[in-house]
Amino acid sequence: MITIEARGLRKAFGTTIALDGIDLCVEEGRILGLVGPNGAGKTTALNAILGLTSYQGDLKVLERDPWTQRDELMQDVSFIADVAVLPRWIRVTQLLDYVAGVHPRFDRTKAEGFLAKTTIKRASKVRELSKGMIAQLHLALVMAIDARLLVLDEPTLGLDILYRKQFYDSLLNDYFDRSRTIVVTTHQVEEVQDVLTDLMFINRGRIVLQCSMEEFDSRYVEVMVNPEHVTAARALKPIHERPVFGRSVLLFDHVDRDQLAVLGEVRRPSIADLFVAVMSNNTAAPPPLPHQITAQEVTK
Amino acid sequence: MNTQSDNTPQSAVVSASASSSAAQPFYWSVRRELWENRSIYVAPLIVAAVVLFGSLVGSFHLPNRRRLAMLLDPAQRRAAIELPYDIAAMIIILTAFVVGVFYCLDALYGERRERSILFWKSLPVSDLTTVLSKVTVPLVILPLTIFVIIIGTQFSMMLISSAALMPSGLAATTWSNFNLFSQSLILLYSLIVIALWHAPIYGWALLVSGWARRATFLWAVLPPLAIAVLEKIAFDTTRFLSLLKYRLFGAGDAAFAFHPQHGVAIDSLIQLTPGRYLATPGLWIGLIFAAVFVALAVRQRRYQGPL
Repeated sequence: MITIEARGLRKAFGTTIALDGIDLCVEEGRILGLVGPNGAGKTTALNAILGLTSYQGDLKVLERDPWTQRDELMQDVSFIADVAVLPRWIRVTQLLDYVAGVHPRFDRTKAEGFLAKTTIKRASKVRELSKGMIAQLHLALVMAIDARLLVLDEPTLGLDILYRKQFYDSLLNDYFDRSRTIVVTTHQVEEVQDVLTDLMFINRGRIVLQCSMEEFDSRYVEVMVNPEHVTAARALKPIHERPVFGRSVLLFDHVDRDQLAVLGEVRRPSIADLFVAVMSNNTAAPPPLPHQITAQEVTK
Repeated sequence: MNTQSDNTPQSAVVSASASSSAAQPFYWSVRRELWENRSIYVAPLIVAAVVLFGSLVGSFHLPNRRRLAMLLDPAQRRAAIELPYDIAAMIIILTAFVVGVFYCLDALYGERRERSILFWKSLPVSDLTTVLSKVTVPLVILPLTIFVIIIGTQFSMMLISSAALMPSGLAATTWSNFNLFSQSLILLYSLIVIALWHAPIYGWALLVSGWARRATFLWAVLPPLAIAVLEKIAFDTTRFLSLLKYRLFGAGDAAFAFHPQHGVAIDSLIQLTPGRYLATPGLWIGLIFAAVFVALAVRQRRYQGPL
């Protein structure tokens, strides 16, 4: 069962190309992380999927055309487009009444259950809640909707670490099952690394890397190379090298683990490290900073 | 047998929920508007309270004025006694017009400014339903609200005047000269007439609110004024200006037969001319404009995101 299928997805704002022919296929039951620098086209891609923007090319979400069938599509799709998009004037009870009134798949008891675990008062207006509480409220609403696709665009931006952790915990424990699909964009990649099943890097409107997390774990290896092996390690064509506390950390793609183990300490790379590597190898990417301050220089 | 008897109530439930599935989002969207915009009923209520306070203060001079009014011929007497009630109604109608226009100017702008459009669009409510629920406010909700408020105000004014006139034995003159029942029919007719006549104004305000990035009031008001000024300078004519005036105030001449000597007072159902009103091209041209503005606003909401 394919949840999202896109072929040649393009979108231009005047002369700026936001999406430059994207092919995408997300199957049911996956949790896809969309990672990219600011202005890479992540939000535009999500907006196209949600029927919030027009586009060129083919796009089917749950077998529907999002641009012409947004209101029907939203029976099966939920999204949190940003932190704090809940109307500030509304009361919590009114919000529950409204969503229960318009959404055939909203389970009010469930939402009340989630809210009971928080300190949010039913009679409060949204403007009286803290940013973290607003995120909890929105998540409670979304998790009470029996949707097949959930789209999250920077859902935890600006929240403190406790709320962020709790956000993904409840999402995984109380919401996600194999019949749902989640697409998430975030800059806090380290927090979603163990949540995702699939990973996609996007830059300048193009997909620059696409792999499942199993593939990620088998393909990419990071080695903290012992100083005497650096030349040997470089010969194996690492995709990226960075200095850490006076030692070199090299990132390898498709290189035998046993071969690397003799060169130094082998470990699992973080998504953030791979992201930096892929983006700096992407020749069109902005040039590296003229003078990078490294841990080595700091310790001197 | 069993399965059959099980099926009937179930299919009834399914069809009931299917028929309500289109109405539900609309109903809740209208309620949502009332939650957000309490000025829809608060502003007319405040004006009504001010009017009642005024009539309470004025009631000290009422016996004298009524004695003078009783010296006039019946038609003029009636007009004189009716006048405060008509003024009260007109002030509240004017308030509702101002509230309605400002409501429309914010209806599609506010959700973009506070970014909540991203939340509303995450729910299975079409742009058509949303925009129609917003048009319903000035065209249906506000007229019905002020109908109740005006009748309540006028009835309270009658009670105040009766109490003030009781000592002088003139209390009955209010009730014999002001028939609240026929006045409420006249009022209901007037409110429908005004709402339909002003529909393109509300539609225009709604369209501007869905399109302007800031200063919706200026965008709504300045272009028509600019056209009027341009026409005056270029051709030395004021056709556009009179068109605007006609749109604001033209409903009365089509919908009512005024007494030549009593000004705007309407005291009899005979004075209502719905046939002439419905035959006025201005009404239908206005409604066509309103429909076009609303259709454009619906289309626009599809393309618009937060500001």
